[in-house]
Amino acid sequence: MNITGKIFGINGPIVYVAGNQGFKMNEMVYVGSERLVGEVIGLTKDRTTIQVFEETTGLKPGQEVYSTGGAISVTLAPGIIGNIFDGIERPLKEISAKSGAFISRGVSVESLNTSKLWDVHITVKPGDMIYGGTIIAEVPETSAITHKSMVAPDISGVVTKVAADGKYTIHDTIVTIAESDGKVRELSLTQKWPIRIPRPVNKRFASDRPLITGQRIIDTLFPIAKGGTAAIPGGFGTGKTMTQHQLAKWSDADIIVYIGCGERGNEMTEVLEDFSKLVDPRSGNPLLDRTTLIANTSNMPVAAREASIYTGITLAEYYRDMGYHVAIMADSTSRWAEALRELSGRLEEMPAEEGFPAYLASRLSSFYERAGFMQNLNGSEGSVSIIGAVSPQGGDFSEPVTQNTKRFVRCFWALDKSLAYARHFPAIQWLNSYSEYVDDLTPWYISNVGSDFVECRNKVIAILTQESQLNEIVKLIGSDVLPDDQKLVLEIAKVIRLGFVQQNAYHPSDTYVPLSKQLKMMQTILYLYSKSKQLIGMSMPMSVLKEENVFEKIISIKYDVANDELNKFDDYKAMIDDFYNRVLSKNA
Amino acid sequence: MSIEYLGLSEINGPLIALEGVRDASYDEIVEFTVEGKKKKIGKIVEVYEDKAVIQVFQGTDDMSLNNTHTKLTGRPMEVALSEDILGRVFNGIGQPIDGLGNIISDLKRDVNGQPLNPCSREYPRNYINTGISTIDCLTTLIRGQKLPIFSGNGLPHDQLAAQIVKQASLGENSDEEFAIVFAAMGVKHDVADFFRRTFEESGASSHVVMYLNLANDPVVERLITPKVALTAAEYLAFEKGMHILVILTDMTSFAEAMREVSSSKGEIPSRKGYPGYLYSELAALYERAGIVADSKGSVTQIPILTMPNDDITHPIPDLTGYITEGQIVLDRSLYQKNVYPPISVLPSLSRLMKDGIGKGYTREDHQDLANQLFSSYARVGEARGLASVIGEDELSPIDKRYLKFGAAMESLFITQGQAEDRSMIETLDKGWELLSILPREELDRIDTKILNQYYKAAVESKTEEE
Repeated sequence: MNITGKIFGINGPIVYVAGNQGFKMNEMVYVGSERLVGEVIGLTKDRTTIQVFEETTGLKPGQEVYSTGGAISVTLAPGIIGNIFDGIERPLKEISAKSGAFISRGVSVESLNTSKLWDVHITVKPGDMIYGGTIIAEVPETSAITHKSMVAPDISGVVTKVAADGKYTIHDTIVTIAESDGKVRELSLTQKWPIRIPRPVNKRFASDRPLITGQRIIDTLFPIAKGGTAAIPGGFGTGKTMTQHQLAKWSDADIIVYIGCGERGNEMTEVLEDFSKLVDPRSGNPLLDRTTLIANTSNMPVAAREASIYTGITLAEYYRDMGYHVAIMADSTSRWAEALRELSGRLEEMPAEEGFPAYLASRLSSFYERAGFMQNLNGSEGSVSIIGAVSPQGGDFSEPVTQNTKRFVRCFWALDKSLAYARHFPAIQWLNSYSEYVDDLTPWYISNVGSDFVECRNKVIAILTQESQLNEIVKLIGSDVLPDDQKLVLEIAKVIRLGFVQQNAYHPSDTYVPLSKQLKMMQTILYLYSKSKQLIGMSMPMSVLKEENVFEKIISIKYDVANDELNKFDDYKAMIDDFYNRVLSKNA
Repeated sequence: MSIEYLGLSEINGPLIALEGVRDASYDEIVEFTVEGKKKKIGKIVEVYEDKAVIQVFQGTDDMSLNNTHTKLTGRPMEVALSEDILGRVFNGIGQPIDGLGNIISDLKRDVNGQPLNPCSREYPRNYINTGISTIDCLTTLIRGQKLPIFSGNGLPHDQLAAQIVKQASLGENSDEEFAIVFAAMGVKHDVADFFRRTFEESGASSHVVMYLNLANDPVVERLITPKVALTAAEYLAFEKGMHILVILTDMTSFAEAMREVSSSKGEIPSRKGYPGYLYSELAALYERAGIVADSKGSVTQIPILTMPNDDITHPIPDLTGYITEGQIVLDRSLYQKNVYPPISVLPSLSRLMKDGIGKGYTREDHQDLANQLFSSYARVGEARGLASVIGEDELSPIDKRYLKFGAAMESLFITQGQAEDRSMIETLDKGWELLSILPREELDRIDTKILNQYYKAAVESKTEEE
């Protein structure tokens, strides 16, 4: 049953329809003669409020609005991975083939390629009882990912007929079932799901294993669990996007969903170009074969920016349901919050803090709560981890988006302007960052990396904290007057900062570092510390220790020892012993 | 046959309301005739059933509720384009003001533009040699980039922009066509004259298109000026294959104009009274820089904005910094020390330089050298802070070296003449000359191999001089 209404008023992306025509809340509608995509966001007896996902230039009062009967949904089927979509899952490559380099309005394209033939292997047979989530077919989607087509969560029945393995499009019927009321239903590789509703799961697990990123400051100091949530706040130029790119490239998730929400067009182009060239170190496949991109750049319509976050997480949940570990990079959640503010302002809602709508916190929480390590409806286990960049106004973390995000994430990687100014990257400030996962992950680290891993980590943090306290004194009186044991702390902290915490994303062996090497590096630095401490204890002055260039050598371990040459660390230990003996014999 | 409406129902600042209109569409341009002769144009910013709210570009002076005829054009704001626009001067809404007549062309473009599909972009990789050491070495400008100058009132941002324009050679392929699109929003007459003179002196006038909305021109026009200019830039770049450098000054006046109009529309303000869509509006301008795959030309933007009260956290520079690909920040205390260009090194940044420099583009040591200069100069700040507490004499020898390095950086590297055009190699060598002041073990950002080659050479040439 098709409902239509007539446009009454237009204000930017917001369109009003007069009267109550029976539109449903959150329903997808087509607006005007160009059939622009819109969504119903408010209903009263006198008028229906619609947000439009495209520019509204040229719309006129009196033009028709058509209902579609369903909520804004995404199409879920093979063809998602390796693709790039806008905020409402329209493929940008198809759009550019259709309308040229610039995105024009009212382009009608299918989300996924409907004519491509996929190699389908059917995994059910007649007589099988199938439920929501049951895997009915497997399709090799890319070199890295096997797509497992599932029964939509709300469908169940007995299989009556299956097609033979072979080549099918995403709309061909492959399985026919009889539902409990006897109705016959034909299933294809495709299902649809509304973006604002989380896909159901059986249960949620505690987070007990890390998402390994190969970035030392994250893996060692502030780890994130699979199914965890993290925020990266930082002013402009502090390296949020750079950090997100590094995580997207190197983290050990099976699938990456990269959401460019209101950010730069050139950055999305960079991801597209880079990821098709770069190779996943674990599987040897191109990174694009495990990545899907949602690009709603800052000059694309604001309402679609608001939707892009939900589109991204729905795609992620779909792959989680197949049993994959998915990581979402949302860059930037502040742009999404600002899109909420912009729309709220157009709706003339009462603003709360800094003009943001009062429902900002509840929207943020319902987004981050969609992350988690889950048991899916079909019994498989998968996770969705969310890593959201936050762009605080003026770099001030006390603003509402950062503060509200902090309430709902468990990892906080605070980027610091002064570190970025000194080109210390990643510019994650160790003093005000935190991870609540450290305790949850301790057993995993102990049994998989090394029994002293967490101990070493805690020592490293303690030294860095001590350094910052000493620096307060140094700022007032200079470092010359400090006692030698404190000078040593400063020196070791420098080794940790330059040789361990700082990591060069452009260096071939430093851009990704395995956990085993991270541990060895920490052990070596701490060994140098304990040996030097003994020397200082025997009242050797710090100036004598510094005559040897052992500190510089340890700093450049990150460049000098390749990731597969861990045996070289024995040489470093011997070198430190040498240094100890030499200093001792020279000054005895 | 289009209908004319006689009379208005409300005038409020730059906005008027018109009732009983039929077939008005959102964003459509309307033409007014005041008292039978004076022509003005406006844009529909809100429509409710038969009521339209219209923003008048030339201001509502002389208009009364009775003396105005309104005609709907049925089109959004468009501007006529042809290659003849080169060398011409227009007002803020694209009408010629140089007395050389209208641009006659069938080609008309919607000034709002359309978002460039990220799939159709080409990632910018070619650097532009500006001849200014601080920019070339530390915040390299890339063709297709948007790199704003964050300045303050009274700082020499205009001179800097003019110097960039004069010296921006296009590298080896200099036979490619280039042109400059200059858009002034609410700037003083002197500033517009300064740029005009500069373009004439450098012999570039025939390659310049100017759009001028001066400080005493109508505020609402200002909202359209950058859009008109960028539409012209896109046309020249993507259809005529030219490399376009767009100067937009002053973005602060543009944002102020937006606040003014927003408040008379009675909209809910967000930060500091600016409307909630300030970010989207700025982004719609800045994102029009770039390179389209399969097209020869490029659009590079250098927007200039004056930070109110020199505050970089003010919404205008703040939002701009989140959209643009870096920023060049000018600093008042450097300027007072007589340093030109007074570029504050640490907060300045070019996000695209990493892919446009190094081996095959500039020189293999460029990235490491830049990192080290940033890192060492950050250390200078700490040493200066300490010196101001305990006195310079009490500093450790290494801190003293840093003070010397800092002073040399400001006087030999950052400082240069307004007509001084340094080559890339000269700039990089100067950088190594600076680093040779510091002991080798302090240089922790540089690959050992590069250090061996360049640091040694720099130290040796220095001892020879001595």
